[in-house]
Parts: sequence; structure tokens; C-alpha cells
Amino acid sequence: MTSLDGGGRAARRAAAIFLAPGLLLITITFLLPAAASFLLSLTDFDIYAVASPADARVVWLRNYATLAQAPLFWIALRNTLYFVLVGGPISVVVSLGVAVLLDSELVRWRGLFRTIYFAPVVTTLVAVAVVWKYLYDPRFGLLNAGLHALGLPPVDWLGSAVWAMPSIILMTVWKGFGYNMIIFMAGLQAVSPDLYDAARVDGAGAWQRFWHVTLPTLAPTFLFVSITTMIGFLQLFSEPYIMTQGGPLHATLSVVLYMFNQGFESWHIGQGAAVAFVLFGLTLIGALIQLRLRPERTEGGA
Amino acid sequence: MTAAGVVNPPVELRAARPARPALGRARGLAVGWRTVLLHVVLVAIAGFAVAPLLWMVSASLMPSGAATTYPPPLIPHPLTWVHYHELFSRLDVARELRNSAVIAALITASSLLCNSMAGYAFAKFQFPGRDRLFRLVLLGLFIPPQVAMLPLFILLRQLHLVNSYAGVVLPSMATVFGIFLMRQYVLGIPDELVDAARVDGAGEFRIYWSVILPLCAPVLVTLAVFVFMSSWNDFMWPLIVLTDSAKYTLPVGLANLSGEHVKDTELMMAAAVVTLLPVLLLFISLQRFYIRGITMGGVKG
Repeated sequence: MTSLDGGGRAARRAAAIFLAPGLLLITITFLLPAAASFLLSLTDFDIYAVASPADARVVWLRNYATLAQAPLFWIALRNTLYFVLVGGPISVVVSLGVAVLLDSELVRWRGLFRTIYFAPVVTTLVAVAVVWKYLYDPRFGLLNAGLHALGLPPVDWLGSAVWAMPSIILMTVWKGFGYNMIIFMAGLQAVSPDLYDAARVDGAGAWQRFWHVTLPTLAPTFLFVSITTMIGFLQLFSEPYIMTQGGPLHATLSVVLYMFNQGFESWHIGQGAAVAFVLFGLTLIGALIQLRLRPERTEGGA
Repeated sequence: MTAAGVVNPPVELRAARPARPALGRARGLAVGWRTVLLHVVLVAIAGFAVAPLLWMVSASLMPSGAATTYPPPLIPHPLTWVHYHELFSRLDVARELRNSAVIAALITASSLLCNSMAGYAFAKFQFPGRDRLFRLVLLGLFIPPQVAMLPLFILLRQLHLVNSYAGVVLPSMATVFGIFLMRQYVLGIPDELVDAARVDGAGEFRIYWSVILPLCAPVLVTLAVFVFMSSWNDFMWPLIVLTDSAKYTLPVGLANLSGEHVKDTELMMAAAVVTLLPVLLLFISLQRFYIRGITMGGVKG
């Protein structure tokens, strides 16, 4: 009983007591509600049912059928995939590029640059979304002033259906590139200097060394970064909520914003839960595809 | 190619990567064009990173209407604190600051306790199904938090916790990431220390409190900084669960304010500064701990 390895009743009871607060909280406030979301999506739960849940009726897949015929849902889905498939890779490539630059042995004040690049990551998303809304102002914004100084025509950033999503992507890259940069920098530390020297002896140039030595070693890091980035990008909400309210012409309406509008604004809760479940499905499918695509020699994750 | 690119540093120096800054000096003071070019690029990226934040601070100190003149001014002239006065006197920012601080502090304290207890149990206790249970918990990382929000809202409404601090705090008290971070760290603590305390007759809670927690001090700081920042910056859930403006946190209040005062650019910038300055200062003073949390989660995961 005094040994950790005993696995006796006392150890089991102690383990249960230590696990209970955390696991109960996660189960009650997260895992069970997430599962309940699926059941909810099979009902016509609405504003009246919030007062008396017993009034909700089971409608089976009708919410999903309604979604399939809702043009706004497809617009939200298309916009979100645009954001994930265009914004995600841009963000990851920028992070990797900056990490490689900072990893160069020629860099002085590495810590200072790292801190500066990371600063936008810790800022409050709502606050910087408000700031960028003014930076994007077509008449008085700093961005168009910059374009003017370069002799370029002004852009109606958030006001045009074509530019609104690229504007949100630009802001997101600014806000987030420092995070993955840190992860890539840690990954780059694992690249053996001997490999670089061997490649150099073989006459490989800087680009070839990056392509044949750095990138293969970074493969596990790359997989981790691309999965977590995709999961995060699928959850786009605050930026359009603050900057565009999903407009103009629904060009920045995201899946989560659509879920929020359906569930918490119109109180079509069953419908909103169906949207939430679609989000879960997208996350799972995206993660599985990336795990499937990973290179052969990487180690399995946890 | 010039000297800086061609001359290979000695292998033993390269192996000791933390010592790299010394290489520049070892090579003499010749700074190649590559070094110059690299630093031009790095400074340009730094400008991109800080320009929006600098403009925010600058515009918050401009007189009303000055930021919306053409060409857009970069420096406040004359400089004024009037918008900060307005935020704290006429508007509700002081109350929102207090709400944010109380909620973030409650979440931080309770999550340190819940996550460290669970992380310790997963790392140091033997019980059947332990690793399977841990993997099951980790699967939670693939569930977007928004999926749980509608049922959670209905549950909290039944419990009369909508529009209360508790409604914001409860779902953040324990997190999959927090448990994972704690477990990874506690795994590195030798079993002998725990066994020795047990042989000395210490109870299980005593071992956790007096042996494990003190050894975990660095990772507890990391977790605290992480949790405090994410709860301070959190927006969607507080927006949903706090229905009365008297309970609003800073981000929710700011979103509300930005709808009402769209034309008051300078006032909005002052509100943005008040909202993000506390976490920015916290990061700058504790960044070592924060960055270690990212790499622990990222590389070992």
C-alpha cells in the first residue's frame, strides 16, 4: 500500500479523488454538452423550449434538411473553407519563413525580435479587431494612406465583398504568425547541425539545405502546426462579428457566426446545434485528412 | 557569396547553439551584406507587427476628430488624455475592468488547482485504464468549444447561472490543455520523491501539496499566465452568458461600445488600449514562462 506501483484500492481511491474535480468539470461543462449538441440538433428546440425544455419535439434530421436548403448556410460554409484553405496555409508559411530567418546564426537581438513578433499574439482579439477596422477605413485609414504613398489606388477593404475576406485574413496573419513561429523555432533547434554540415560538404546550397534537410526534420512540427491552425481557423467568429457583422453581402459570414445568429440571436436552437455539429464534423474530417497525408517516417502523436 | 556566407564556423561552436551570438565576434567585425539584408527584413517585419499597436496608442491621445482628417496624422497634436477620462468617468470601463479582473483571477486560481490535481493523478498513480482514460480526455482537443455552447447555455439557464460570474468561470476551471501540460511536467519528477514522502507517513493530499506543487512552481506560473490571458481575452462565451451590461467584461463591453461610438475613433482606440494593455504587460514581464508553455504543448504533443 505504500508503493505507487501497488495499484491497490487505496491508490485507486486517491487517484479518483484527485481526478474528480477536473474530470467532472470537463465532462459536465464540455464533453456532455458537446454530445448533447447532437441530440439537440434532432429537436425543434426554440425560445419557448428554453423556458420549458419538455416542449421540444424530436424532428430527427429535419434541421439538417433545412440547413441543406438554406443558401446562407452554404455561403457561411464556403466563406469558412476560403478562410481555412487560403488563410491557414498563408499563416503557416509566414510563421515558418519568419522562424527560419530568426534561426539564422547571423541574427543579432534575436530575443528582442521574437518578443516583438509575438506581441500581437497576446493582444485581445476584440481590441485589435476594432483597431484594424479603423486601419482599413477607406478614407482615413493608414492602409490606404500607405497605398497612396506608393502611388497605388485605394482599396475598399472591408466594404467590398471581394476584399473583405482577404482583409480578415491579413489581420489574422498579423495577429497569429508569432505563435506558430515559436513552435517552428523550437522544431528548428532539433535539426542537427551535423546534417547541415554534411549537406554543405556535398555542395548543397542554402535552398537545397532548407528543402532536403530542414523541412523533412520539421515534418512532425509541421503536422502539429497545420492541424491546430486548421482547427483554430475553422472557429472564425470574433473578427467578422466585430469588423463586418458577416457582411458585406454575407462575404464574411462564417459557420460559427451563422451558428451564433441561429442559436443565440434567433433562438432556433435545434438549428444552431445542427450547425455546431457540422463544425465538429469539419474539424474531424480535416484532422483525419491531414493525419492521412503525413509523411511515412514521422512518429505517432499522443 | 561573401565571407559571411561561405566561412563555416567550427563544428564545436555550431553544436553549442545557445552560444551563437558569439560567432559574429569570432569572425571579426566584418558584417556581410547578407547580415545587413537579413536585418532590414527583420526590422520591416517588426514594423508590420507593431505599427497597428503604435497607431492605436497614438490615435487614443489625439483630440476628437483628429484621427479622421486627411492625410491621417501619425503623431497626436496636441496630446490629450480626455478619452481615457471619459472612459473611466462617463462610461463603464472601470466596472468592466473589475469584472474582467475578478473573472480572470477566479478562473486562474481554480484551474491551477483542478488541472494540477488531475495532471498529478495521470502522471503518478497506477490504476487500471489510466492511459486509455488520458487518451480519451485528449480527444477533447479535437472538439471545437463552440459545439458545446448551446447545450451548456441551456444547462446553465436551468441552474440560474446565466448572467453570473459562475457562468463564465465554471466552463474554464479545468481544461484538456491544462491537464496535459501538468501531466507532462509531473512525469519528469522522480517517483522516489513521492515514495520517500509516503514512507515518512505523509498523506496523499500532503504529498501533492508539499512535495509535488512546490516542484511544479515553474509550470504553474506557465499555466497561470496562459489561463489568465486566455480568460482575459475570451469573447464569445462571455458575450453569450453575460446578458446584463453591469456584468460585461472588457472585450464584451468594447464590442458593445464599438457599435455605439463608431465615429469616435480616438475614444475607441483608448478603449482598445485599456483592454489589451494589462495582458500585454503581463506577457512582457513573464514571456519566458508563456513561451515555454507553447513549446511544451507543441513539441511534445
